[in-house]
Amino acid sequence: MTYLAKPTLHHPDLPTNTLGYTRRDYEGAVSTLCAGCGHDSISAAIVRACFELDLPPHRIAKLSGIGCSSKTPTYFLGNSHGFNSVHGRMPSVLTGANLANRDLIYLGVSGDGDSASIGIGQFAHAMRRGVNMVYIVENNGVYGLTKGQFSATADRGAKSKRGVVNIDSPIDMVGMALELGATFVARSFSGDKAQLVPLIKAALTHKGAAFIDCISPCVSFNNHLGSTKSFDYVREHNAAVNKLDYVAGQKEITVDYAPGKVELVTQHDGSVLRLRKLAGEYDVTDRIAAMEYLAGHYAKGEVVTGLLYVSLDSPDLHDYLNTVEKPLNTLDDSELCPGAAALQRINAALR
Amino acid sequence: MSGTVKINDFVVKFANINGSGSASANALFARSIIRMGVPATPRNIFPSNIQGLPTWYEVRVSEAGHLGARDGVDLMVAMNPQTWDRDVASILPGGYLFYDNTRFVPEEKFRPDITVIGVPLTSMCNERYSDARLRQLFRNIIYVGALSALLDIDASVVEQLLSEQFHAKEQLIAPNLEAFYLGRKWAIENLDCPIGLRVRRATTVGERIMIDGNTAAGLGAVYGGATVCAWYPITPSTSLAESFTRYCNRLRIDPATGKNRFAIVQTEDELASIGMVIGGAWNGARSFTATSGPGISLMQEFLGLAYFAEIPAVIFDVQRAGPSTGMPTRTQQCDLISAAYASHGDTKHVLLFPADAHECFEMGAQAFDLADRLQTPVFVMLDLDIGMNERLTSPFDWDDSRRMDRGKVMTAEELEAGRDFGRYLDVDGDGIPWRTYPGTHPTRGSYFTRGTSRDEYARYTEAGRPYQRNMERLLRKWETAKSYVPAPIRRDAAKPARYGAIYFGSTADAMDEAAGILAERGMALDLLRVRALPFADSVMDFIDGHEKVFVVEQNRDGQLRSLLINEGDIDPKRLIRVLHYDGTPITAQMIVGAISAAFAPAPARELAQAAE
Repeated sequence: MTYLAKPTLHHPDLPTNTLGYTRRDYEGAVSTLCAGCGHDSISAAIVRACFELDLPPHRIAKLSGIGCSSKTPTYFLGNSHGFNSVHGRMPSVLTGANLANRDLIYLGVSGDGDSASIGIGQFAHAMRRGVNMVYIVENNGVYGLTKGQFSATADRGAKSKRGVVNIDSPIDMVGMALELGATFVARSFSGDKAQLVPLIKAALTHKGAAFIDCISPCVSFNNHLGSTKSFDYVREHNAAVNKLDYVAGQKEITVDYAPGKVELVTQHDGSVLRLRKLAGEYDVTDRIAAMEYLAGHYAKGEVVTGLLYVSLDSPDLHDYLNTVEKPLNTLDDSELCPGAAALQRINAALR
Repeated sequence: MSGTVKINDFVVKFANINGSGSASANALFARSIIRMGVPATPRNIFPSNIQGLPTWYEVRVSEAGHLGARDGVDLMVAMNPQTWDRDVASILPGGYLFYDNTRFVPEEKFRPDITVIGVPLTSMCNERYSDARLRQLFRNIIYVGALSALLDIDASVVEQLLSEQFHAKEQLIAPNLEAFYLGRKWAIENLDCPIGLRVRRATTVGERIMIDGNTAAGLGAVYGGATVCAWYPITPSTSLAESFTRYCNRLRIDPATGKNRFAIVQTEDELASIGMVIGGAWNGARSFTATSGPGISLMQEFLGLAYFAEIPAVIFDVQRAGPSTGMPTRTQQCDLISAAYASHGDTKHVLLFPADAHECFEMGAQAFDLADRLQTPVFVMLDLDIGMNERLTSPFDWDDSRRMDRGKVMTAEELEAGRDFGRYLDVDGDGIPWRTYPGTHPTRGSYFTRGTSRDEYARYTEAGRPYQRNMERLLRKWETAKSYVPAPIRRDAAKPARYGAIYFGSTADAMDEAAGILAERGMALDLLRVRALPFADSVMDFIDGHEKVFVVEQNRDGQLRSLLINEGDIDPKRLIRVLHYDGTPITAQMIVGAISAAFAPAPARELAQAAE
């Protein structure tokens, strides 16, 4: 299997964004995942979100671990640096990269095996540190590349394609992200582009740890009767709490929903999240209430989706560490090396 | 009996209880001797414990300048009843025992061949202080006072040291001085001062400074331009990251904004530490971690990624005795193999071997240039003996015209001008490709970093030939590294020598002393101190030029010897193991004993080899 190049010929009428890029400029190599894989829909949503946000593709760094989901950064943002690291350890590599240059946008892509099983520790600590990033878990409840074993997000009682019943309790990544202090928490479904694209856009413009748990059925190993991560199951049990429109900061905001039904949330960069409430008075800024709501609906067998929690103006890891505004990887000798005179003073104090 | 007479050449050992506040008093004692111009080398021998277990502090006084450990104790300051018997037993015949005679110690607890000096420390403290903690702390200063009289140490140097130590907390100077003179006066009035062991002013300390290797390495990382430090606490490396933190807070704050030109993260484990280092280094920030053997074990998978993906990461490994938890507070040079070939698959890593605090600073800075130039992990291999013990070392120096060497990094301008960029393309023939930092150019120079095989342009491939080409290029890079890393230091005997000795790191002081003793006894030995892996060709030339070569190191399996055999295709029979690995620092006496056997007449030599 070698790298597959995409044809570089573009349709002359492809629309461009304000930077003059077409959507094709945000794409990557041809996907080698199975036809119909939910992950490819997420890749397409990332491409669309970045295109629509007018992000310079090279200012995004995409990082992943190991697994089907972690292969996807090859299939989007071909002009961005990418890093396919080791299994379950993308969060630490991303954290280090973020420390080195706070000016880039960090997009971490992982799976449920990569983040909930082998990488649960690094996932947890990246969330609690408030690393400024978008962390997407492409969650299918199963190991694809090793052919169908359960991951730690598989529901107890779910049945594998071979008929094995999962006996372990599932890890709810959204609940953990809320608990650990992520400042943007959402859940979506790879089959719902209308919901997913605005969520990714909102996450990309959020300052702090933004987490999206995206249920992404595995067409080869987890899309059968008895699975709780199949297209049919998720569609039947999806309980969206809101419908999000992402409005860039410069645009005028027009409220076209009945009062009380729409919530406007302004982010630190001036962009506005316009949320049409679908579930009563669900308040996206109330973390404790969100945790209760999720737990209650999980017990009823429902998969709650939408923007579940957002905290505005939260500090990120660089704020906590009080680092200089200039990226650390651009500091020069005069800014880093204290020089011979300082060393002589140190010598003198050691005699 | 009358005790041994030794001027400026003896060993004093303090037996204390961990957590009793003895460390600063003992350091004051050692420093007062150094201030008199006489080299003194302290070593902490401490347990993995916070409070209550036995701890020792050994000071070797040597006007001749021997900084290595020495067997046998001339003066034992026995402050710990738990270890009394073995402490008394360790005193050389004719030596001295200093103890607190407040409580009665039965006659049979002493030895007839030593001089016993009793000072009623506890009762003096109880009389003077009412607070329990003060009684304990000042008891230590009181014994320093008594010892100063017994060993003829100038009171003025102690006064000076105390005033320097407490210059920020002046109210502490007077009570410390009072306690010091309480002990000193009591000794002068009640004991025969001085005893046979004496400190006499000398000039052999010179310009040297007193510092431990971990502190020096942390300072080296500041000078080397490190900005990202990710670490997990583990003895004996913790104080290295703490030193970096302390010096950054002093030297790396932007004066205009008060913000930090550094980022230090205490991680959840060593996997996260090395992960962050790799992420930071990939993104163009000089990044490092400090750890010990167990941490290296945890980092194995990531180290393979860094080797294969060619990420410049710096790892300080302050070695301690293994395997497993081993002896966490005892010294060894036992991680050479696990660091040199860290990870699965075919890997080879660059190792640096500092021998003292000065080199810890030098190599601590140089490691970052090497990592950037070679685009590979670089290990700086300290150990507990040089990492955690303060020692005299030559002062640090820095050339202000020196600039960070970031290696082959392609800029936006070069990319814009159309220069061909292949992340793994060997355009210069040295095995080192060019890299770009993320975010450099809108449409050129981006690439995908992965642990999976790829071609010269970083495109994923599982084809055999590109994989093999890449693995062979990594070997070319290894060859290039030989001329970049610190060269070995050779010192030939005064007369032609049939035998040579190879050693590294903290073994150097004991080896130097041993070579001197052997030369006096007519056994000529050429010396080669290796300072890095890969080995320079001159290391193999040295082995070729000698009938037999002793490889002196502090581990059970002869790890440096194995590396020499493996990397240089050396006949194992030509490399004779001289191994010390009981957790204590190696001594000249041990080396002399082992090497003398090989110089002995044939039958004795065979016996010695059979014993080996």
